[in-house]
Amino acid sequence: MSAGAISPQGATSGSTLLEVRSVAKSFGATQVLKNISLQIAPGEFLTLLGESGSGKTTLLRLIAGFEQPTSGEIWMSNERLDTLPPYKRRVNTVFQNYALFPHLNVRENVAYGLRVKAAPKQEIAGRVEEALRMVKMISFADARPATLSGGQQQRIALARALINRPQLLLLDEPLSALDANLRKQMQSELKALQREVGIAFLFVTHDQDEAMALSDRIALLRNGALEQIASPREIYSCPATAYTAEFIGQTNLLRGEVKNGLVRWGALQWGTSHANGAALFSVRPEAIRLADVSLELPEAVRFRGIIRQQIYSGASELLEIDCGDNQILRARIPASGPLSGEHEFVFSASDAVPVTETRATNRSRATDREPR
Amino acid sequence: MYSRTYKAVISAPPLLWVGLFLLLPYALMFAHSFWLVRDGSLIHHWNLQNYRALFTNPLYFQVFLRTARIAASVTLCSLLLGYPLAYYLSFHAGPRKELLYQLVIVPLWVSYLVRGYAWKTILGSDGVLNGFLQYLHITREPASFFLYSPFAVVLMLTHIYTPFVFLPIYAALEHIPRALVEASQDLGADRRATFLRVILPLSIPGLLAGATFAFVLSLGDFLAPLLVGGPSATMIANIVQSLFGAAYDWPLGAAISVCILLITVSLLFATERLEKRWSFK
Amino acid sequence: MTTRSHQCAPLLTAYAVLVFAFIYLPIAVLIVYSFNRDGVGGFPPRHFTFAWYRRLFGDAAIWDSVINSLLVAAASVALSLTLGLLAALALDRASFPGKALFRRLVLLPLILPGIITGLSLLMFAVFAGMQLSLLTVFLGHGTALISVATTELFAGLQKLERAQEEASLDLGATPWQTFWRVTLPNLRLSLIAAGLLIFTLSMDEIAVTFFLIGRDNTLPLEIWGRLRRGITPEINAISTLIFAVSVALIVIWYRLRARTIGTQVQEVLELP
Repeated sequence: MSAGAISPQGATSGSTLLEVRSVAKSFGATQVLKNISLQIAPGEFLTLLGESGSGKTTLLRLIAGFEQPTSGEIWMSNERLDTLPPYKRRVNTVFQNYALFPHLNVRENVAYGLRVKAAPKQEIAGRVEEALRMVKMISFADARPATLSGGQQQRIALARALINRPQLLLLDEPLSALDANLRKQMQSELKALQREVGIAFLFVTHDQDEAMALSDRIALLRNGALEQIASPREIYSCPATAYTAEFIGQTNLLRGEVKNGLVRWGALQWGTSHANGAALFSVRPEAIRLADVSLELPEAVRFRGIIRQQIYSGASELLEIDCGDNQILRARIPASGPLSGEHEFVFSASDAVPVTETRATNRSRATDREPR
Repeated sequence: MYSRTYKAVISAPPLLWVGLFLLLPYALMFAHSFWLVRDGSLIHHWNLQNYRALFTNPLYFQVFLRTARIAASVTLCSLLLGYPLAYYLSFHAGPRKELLYQLVIVPLWVSYLVRGYAWKTILGSDGVLNGFLQYLHITREPASFFLYSPFAVVLMLTHIYTPFVFLPIYAALEHIPRALVEASQDLGADRRATFLRVILPLSIPGLLAGATFAFVLSLGDFLAPLLVGGPSATMIANIVQSLFGAAYDWPLGAAISVCILLITVSLLFATERLEKRWSFK
Repeated sequence: MTTRSHQCAPLLTAYAVLVFAFIYLPIAVLIVYSFNRDGVGGFPPRHFTFAWYRRLFGDAAIWDSVINSLLVAAASVALSLTLGLLAALALDRASFPGKALFRRLVLLPLILPGIITGLSLLMFAVFAGMQLSLLTVFLGHGTALISVATTELFAGLQKLERAQEEASLDLGATPWQTFWRVTLPNLRLSLIAAGLLIFTLSMDEIAVTFFLIGRDNTLPLEIWGRLRRGITPEINAISTLIFAVSVALIVIWYRLRARTIGTQVQEVLELP
């Protein structure tokens, strides 16, 4: 299987394939997208992550052409995209429920885009063969979609989209209808496929584990605005806002007071370059360890606490630590047998990442603790 | 969950009624077609004379052909009017869809007779259409070919059956998931190609249902020719009607009725099988 | 989710308007000319008058036929709903030999031309030694319209959760009690909708009635007879009234249906 067979045609050599410029979208009185700008590089796997209602699917549909932006522009390969109807865009979509044509068999479904462009029959047959082999569905070529399982339908939907050699592939939560094991398997297949064909993928999901596993970059959307856009590692270790820190992975949010380079939080303090005044810090549970088993940590911050709860999950466990005055911190440590009582814990000051305050939100901030 | 008494109680009355008032009457009609009328009275002598007459006398065949032609014209015109209307409502009407749908249904419940009568008053020599044309000086004299012709019958029946044809087509179109239309456009098909490749094939069961309905009911219609058709538009059901009336020959009339019944039932079977072939999940 | 196709397609819109015009124009003409002093034809209608309506209200024969129609319609509703309900229940819950045939037979009058149903029942009436009268008309309507009731009620039964009846039995109710307390109330809207439909169809019925009518006319047959004698706007007047009543009934019917089935539009007639 040659990657060149499905490589995108006409891709620009510049570093930007798709550019969303200050796009906003309202449905009637409801504003679903507020002034979004982002860029997608050729061959990049970018994920739009967010809760339902965050606008991620709307943004996808704007790029596909099923909706028009209320304001703003979308450009692809230095040409205006949002003024084109969907059938003229070099973009293809994998739909959430696959949207396979029930009256056509697998072969005809996959060939659809080529038939519409009146490609020569020989060419169509060859490319359909190739596309089906690529998604490992060649033996189902004459089956009807209704006879296929969810995972199989999804592969056909992929083949149907990719055969047209789009510059950008849009995927609207394609794995959400699959059960957990199949989902994991499809994730790795999808990632490998993307590497192989080298096409940019714009992937929409609400599942942060999925986003972290697959993406080159994650764009986190919240209430129609872009919260943060960064690689998975960066977005995890350096969340910009409290919302990001809480949405992706788990965290402890510590509200402390900074004075002359020192943060005070309850009985703890550590050094920081943050400006004076109130500040919010995110400390991931896995950054907190039992003091007696760890090596020397740089910039160590030690504290004592009573273990209130121990939640076992196989490879690791989550400890709920009472640090006094009912302040609870959560720590994730490798599974090490039942623990109780008071222990000493430590984390590195560099793991305390300052995050900005979230904007007005309806979510309860259960992990946010103020020192008394 | 349901006891045998329960099931017996609910099945027996309708079964009995249907047996007595549907099955038995059809059987009687069937029987009559093999009997004879001689000297003005019915003779229960089993024979095939009626059927022989039907197949040898060219008159019946001519009338039947004319009837089939009229029914086919009505079906075609109803489809040409009803399908685009259904398509418009389903894909282009937006928020007004429900209201427009009700507007289409309303004429269905207005009496057949009322609508037929309306056409009678419009198409006649002294009718509204002629008056309108003369008022605009498009014609100087009334045209008499509007009324009392097969054209008038087709016009009236098309008017009657367009909403009937609309309904199953609209239902079928509404059942098409919009994601399929988007997928088609996403893959490069413009509106015309999307219609021909996706929407039309998936709407065929509805189309067949509506067309069958219009065709079968037009085939057996006897009122329209009496109202607006005149002698040049006599249809097969009119012959049956007169055989049960002035031209007293019940067996012959029954024979023709049996033929109509058999044609109808075969058509229904055929379209049902076609519909199954063309229905996809 | 709106798609761009809502905005465009002016040709299609124009065509749709034309089709609507075709459907409504004859009825509009009918109504307008019911107020015309100078008869049913000619153009334009010049003199507005209520005279024809006045004549109509004094026309005893018409009102007699209206009463006859009402009687037949009411009786047909009762018969069709009862048998239709039982037939729907039987199709939904019982299995017996010949069920498929039964189902087709019940639905046949819906799709067969009225003349076939009418004539076969005429032969039956003669065979049974019955005189043609409103009773035979009633038998004709009632039998033919069972199919309408069955279709509507069957659809209503499908919407009914089986679990509700099971819960009722579980709580100690007998099947009869369950039927009255659970099944029937849930079918209430379907029953009313079906009843309205049957009523309207019976009032308008002409093809089957044609062959079963005796001395007493129903409204459509009375009008039909008048047409033979000559056309006056009085017929326009009664037609307009029929139209107005039909519209009222269909609006009520539709609102009821929307409540039972939700806003998804359903076929009015399920074909076999």
